[in-house]
Amino acid sequence: MADFFAQAFDTSTPLGWSVVTLLKVLGFVVVLLVSLAFILLADRKIWAAVQMRKGPNVVGAFGLLQSFADFLKFVFKEIVIPAGADKIVFVLAPFLSLVLAFVAWAVIPVAPGWVISDLNVGILYLLAMSSLGVYGIILGGWASNSKYPFLGALRSTAQMVSYEVSIGFVIVTVLMLAGTMNLSEIVEAQAGGFWHWYGIALSPITLVMLPMMVVFFISALAETNRPPFDLPEAESELVAGYQVEYSSTLYLLYMIGEYLNIVLMCSMVTILFLGGWNAPIEVAPFNWIPPFFWFAIKVLMVFFMFSMVKAIVPRYRYDQLMRLGWKVFLPLSMGAVILVAAWVVFVQGAAV
Amino acid sequence: MNAITRFIRSALLLDFAKAFILAMRYFFRRKATLNYPFEKGPLSPRFRGQHALRRYDSGEERCIACKLCEAICPAQAITIEAEPRQDASRRTTRYDIDMTKCIYCGFCQEACPVDAIVEGPNFEFATETREELFYDKSKLLDNGDRWEGEIAQNLKLDEPYR
Repeated sequence: MADFFAQAFDTSTPLGWSVVTLLKVLGFVVVLLVSLAFILLADRKIWAAVQMRKGPNVVGAFGLLQSFADFLKFVFKEIVIPAGADKIVFVLAPFLSLVLAFVAWAVIPVAPGWVISDLNVGILYLLAMSSLGVYGIILGGWASNSKYPFLGALRSTAQMVSYEVSIGFVIVTVLMLAGTMNLSEIVEAQAGGFWHWYGIALSPITLVMLPMMVVFFISALAETNRPPFDLPEAESELVAGYQVEYSSTLYLLYMIGEYLNIVLMCSMVTILFLGGWNAPIEVAPFNWIPPFFWFAIKVLMVFFMFSMVKAIVPRYRYDQLMRLGWKVFLPLSMGAVILVAAWVVFVQGAAV
Repeated sequence: MNAITRFIRSALLLDFAKAFILAMRYFFRRKATLNYPFEKGPLSPRFRGQHALRRYDSGEERCIACKLCEAICPAQAITIEAEPRQDASRRTTRYDIDMTKCIYCGFCQEACPVDAIVEGPNFEFATETREELFYDKSKLLDNGDRWEGEIAQNLKLDEPYR
């Protein structure tokens, strides 16, 4: 028996590697889903507080169990599939959206060594997965065979494609500074106190990187269809966009996928600009807090900004959204790429 | 000049920073929420809620089947049938209110010469089926018995203005 376990958890054998990786994946998924429940509640609570409301406070103490109650409600409702819908694609689309949101988490390092797959090209993988995320939405909008979902899906696609461009360039600036595409190494490159974090570093390059952090944050809002860029689901124009025809569990899958993407974007801001799991100051009281908690705290702080933006910024018009993406962020981030490249070559003296 | 200041404002996200500070100020303000099922707002004595048929202190029902309420009801929600009782007094044999038709205008209680039909202070009478909202005489008398205290109090408070 002991022999069996020794073999099952020995990562050098194929069986052992599969078992350990599977357990890691399970751990990630469970922790993510449970924390997502509370992040959803936090989102609603923050939104409520800004409007002088209390937010959900009946289910459990302070409404802590509200998300679980909502989960049950979603699961027990009836799944309605419209008569004109393409049934297979209609059901598949939310799953696709959820799976792609989960899959992207495979390369996110939450603490030293705490990552499912320590890819050398983790950033490229992330870009690929977030680009694929468009498919979940456009397939859902198309398969519904209805006008509002289709328009919502079109808007969403255009929006995500436009903002991915500037996100890509912003990421390139970080890549050049860190000199690696491995997310863990990017975080390690920022070790040694908050004055080494790329977003707020104590160096002239921060004049470029701080705006880049803001550009990344705003693009992340657009990328995840969050207000003020929630045009794909603008209720005053498109009812609920691509989600109009979805109900019950299928809708739940979309929502989980959406929030997973939001938390993913928060952790990307954390990893690329805020030093990932690094403590802000490497001295006694801060050292004692495990790296994972620093990561979580930073992610939650970025998420707080996500929520506040939702609460205080009015929705953009569609042409304004496109103007911001193509005429402001794209040139800005391209300029930043040139500046950072010059900085890396001429000031840091990296080999060309 | 105006264009330059506008550019600086938008480039430095000054408007957003301002909004953020304002939002944080509201964030910690006292909540305006009335925690409804646990806290309730005040009701006027004239509040027009669920209907009730009242009785005299002797236990005799007040309604004399004059049908004024039925006649005045703009939604035609009230149906009354009447015939003389054993003791020769005129009483209703049927007094139905269709609560799904009622618009809570309060004309019925204003028309009533004996304060029999009134709209009480109860507003929490939602039901799971539509049929439960078709009130008959016994249901209305039940309401009267249940809410008599509050109804009598409200009628007394409103007395000087009637």
